[in-house]
Amino acid sequence: MIDALTPAEWQALNLSLRVSFWATLCSLPIGVFTAYALARWTFPGKAIVNGLVHLPLVLPPVVTGYMLLITFGPRGPIGSVLEAIGLPIAFRWSGAALAAAIMAFPLMVRAIRLSIEAVDPKLEQAAATLGASRAWVFATVTLPLVMPGILAGTILAFAKAMGEFGATITFVSNIPGQTQTLPTAIYAFLQIPGGEGAALRLVVIAVVVSMGALLVSEWVARRLAARVGS
Amino acid sequence: MSLSVALRHSFADFKLDVAFDSPLGVTALFGRSGAGKTSVINAVSGLLRPDAGRVVVGETVLFDSENGLDLPVHRRRVGYVFQDARLFPHLSVRGNLGYGARFAGGVDPVKFARVVEMLGIGALLDRRPAALSGGEKQRVAIGRALLARPRLLLLDEPLAALDDARKAEVVPFLERLRDEADLPILYVSHSVGEVARLANTVVVIEAGRVVRAGPTVEVLADPAAVPSLGLREAGALLNATVIGHHPDGLSEVATSGGPLILPHVDAPPGTRLRIRIAAQDVILSIARPVGLSALNIVPVQIVSLRDGNGPGVMVQLRAGDDLLLARVTRRSATDLGLVPGLDCHAIVKTVAVSGADVMTLPANR
Repeated sequence: MIDALTPAEWQALNLSLRVSFWATLCSLPIGVFTAYALARWTFPGKAIVNGLVHLPLVLPPVVTGYMLLITFGPRGPIGSVLEAIGLPIAFRWSGAALAAAIMAFPLMVRAIRLSIEAVDPKLEQAAATLGASRAWVFATVTLPLVMPGILAGTILAFAKAMGEFGATITFVSNIPGQTQTLPTAIYAFLQIPGGEGAALRLVVIAVVVSMGALLVSEWVARRLAARVGS
Repeated sequence: MSLSVALRHSFADFKLDVAFDSPLGVTALFGRSGAGKTSVINAVSGLLRPDAGRVVVGETVLFDSENGLDLPVHRRRVGYVFQDARLFPHLSVRGNLGYGARFAGGVDPVKFARVVEMLGIGALLDRRPAALSGGEKQRVAIGRALLARPRLLLLDEPLAALDDARKAEVVPFLERLRDEADLPILYVSHSVGEVARLANTVVVIEAGRVVRAGPTVEVLADPAAVPSLGLREAGALLNATVIGHHPDGLSEVATSGGPLILPHVDAPPGTRLRIRIAAQDVILSIARPVGLSALNIVPVQIVSLRDGNGPGVMVQLRAGDDLLLARVTRRSATDLGLVPGLDCHAIVKTVAVSGADVMTLPANR
């Protein structure tokens, strides 16, 4: 497969996978926590938190990207701090991962929240009467029961991260080898005359990767569902 | 080790205010739906935090509002068997059974084997809860609670969700539990039959209050308790011992008031029994009747009469050392001149006593 791809294509695919992987992995614990809080807790400002989480879903991606730029850009309030400690993210792959994570976050939280809401609190009560503290109840009852939902949220987030375009190109631009992911590379090829062929090759790669991920997730989901007994 | 409960709690629509003691063995919390029975055991387990009260098991205080003591649910070690079993769907039967043990010092293989044997769930260990019948689920839930090394057991109508066949399948295991477990068991029920069968002590709860409490035999023989139990359900318990079986399919048992003939009882001679005689199945006669198809004519003495709201009178009778209840019309009571102290005869049709009314007792009690 490596031989079949040109170095540039390989670079874009590799970067896309890396960006999506880290975006998904890093947002997963936060996603589970947020989903749990939204599903189970009542706290002041819950509606606002819920709104903030879902904002990237309803805003034009370019707006999200621009907000990231003014916050995390070199002169932004957080970006300047990151710059000072030697961790700049604007116009870097880590910035692309941040953009992808934020765009994918609502999808991830929604899927996990739904599955947490589907867990019968009576089962958690039963676990408590059997001697399990809150943390143990979560680890041994809640978490295993929401695994299919977590998996679904993860796949959804990964797919969204692979396909993220608007916020990424606005925030971190389209620098080959740095921030040029599959979608932005396709876009770049389509901007130059005669680039359709190269774009088509990338489209095929995108389809193959997405299809593969989907098949694997189906298989894992089925095994999980069998384990949960539903 | 015994359990002592005193609770007060205000719900939106009613107040709970109960106090009772529960010795070793099964204490039934009896009452209609909505009387507050489940709230009581939820408060004992810690799932409900009452406004005020005190819950003590043996030497251990689980809750004491005066001293601000409120042990969290997971540290109370109460084995709670829910009406709907609540097995963990992602664990096998074995995993469910062992779940609580890990918080109580690990699974004790000897106890595990004993509980599995007692509940007859050895063949189910590797199954998932989804593949179990209702009765099997309930048995596993009982085992799971027992193996968590509880200080006491709480059973919330464990038979209510089961059909009659499944009930009949679980009852013998509950009887073994009653006879073999050495801890207090609170058993929530709205069925007099279940209470009569399983409980040593009964606490009758009505609209959030205890209206009656005491040994099951006494409460069920008390005419004053009848309104709480339900007229059709009323009936006293007789202690009996199997004498022998007749070739015509009948069994003869000895009671303190004389021998009784019952439909075949599946127990060897010498077995101790408890027999529930429904009050509405007892006929009273001043003179000893002759030419009667009923096989059981027991000499009794009237202890008390209590008027009901309808046309009936509940008559408490002494038969030897045991008490019986008979429900007759007020007209009959007047015509026959029934008064306390009067000697008469209680007539009980053999076929009026069904298998569900006959309970075998363990030899040592």
